[in-house]
Amino acid sequence: MTDTLNELPPLTQDFELGFTYTRSLGPVLSRFLTGLRDGQVLAARTRAGTLLVPPPEFEPVSGASIKELEPVAAEGTVLSWCWVSQPSSSAPLNKPFAWVLVRFEGCDGAMLHALAADAKEQVHTGMRVRVRWAPERVGNVKDIACFEVHKQ
Amino acid sequence: MSSNPNESAGPVTMMQAPLYLQYRFTAGTSSLSFLHAIKRGRLIGRRCPGCESVYIPCRGSCARCGVATCDNIELTDEGVIDKFTVVHIPIPNNPIKPPFVVAHIRLNGADNAFHHLIGEVDNDKVKLGMKVKAVWRPESEWDYGLDNIRYFKPLGGEHD
Repeated sequence: MTDTLNELPPLTQDFELGFTYTRSLGPVLSRFLTGLRDGQVLAARTRAGTLLVPPPEFEPVSGASIKELEPVAAEGTVLSWCWVSQPSSSAPLNKPFAWVLVRFEGCDGAMLHALAADAKEQVHTGMRVRVRWAPERVGNVKDIACFEVHKQ
Repeated sequence: MSSNPNESAGPVTMMQAPLYLQYRFTAGTSSLSFLHAIKRGRLIGRRCPGCESVYIPCRGSCARCGVATCDNIELTDEGVIDKFTVVHIPIPNNPIKPPFVVAHIRLNGADNAFHHLIGEVDNDKVKLGMKVKAVWRPESEWDYGLDNIRYFKPLGGEHD
């Protein structure tokens, strides 16, 4: 062959690699997502008496299986946040929003989710937020459409 | 709290968690030689200047020696089956109906192999080391890809 690179035009192509995973949930996440579908936030009760949302399958310290889940209020406090000024196409909200770590009322641990806010000046650590439920719920973390500012 | 018509449904036991990765591939120098050649129905490999291994599809560097490959080597469309499997499980959106044979094919003169389909032979007649030849699509359908070859078929005399 006598091709030289100078003679070869560049080639590019767009690809999409897709994995159509369906996963089984196990006893704890099954109950947690069933709760979300039914409009209820369920926390894991550890043997030390603390509550964890989202519920882990095993206790973080002892490694014991989580057996008990109980409902908690669908509201909490922002522990940390990050403003997203240009949401990607797969973002949960199609306008600027904040990723937030939310500690549910009376619980330990924190859940990562989106917070709807008009501007980043509305967002601060320690602010009160509550769940905004999706209009149609199927048993997925997206049944929480996002969090919203909770004015008391 | 809100009401939901699904509330009386049974427990949620499964979750769909699809994952899609979108990316843009830009061919490097060696892939460029290969892709431009196969657009014209020719098969180009690249040779390592150290161990003289020939790679097709091309590799920019030699896996053994770690040095850049240099010479383009033209190969024929005949080779051997290095390994193969019979696929029985349907793949979503794949028009090929199982069971079908996917083989690792090493072209004559090459030191690596690539995956392709095997055709014109019963699945249970496919053997390791079987000599095969490419069956090309019509030239009007050729594009920048190995699927310009429809499949590989056994060369005469190797199967009953």
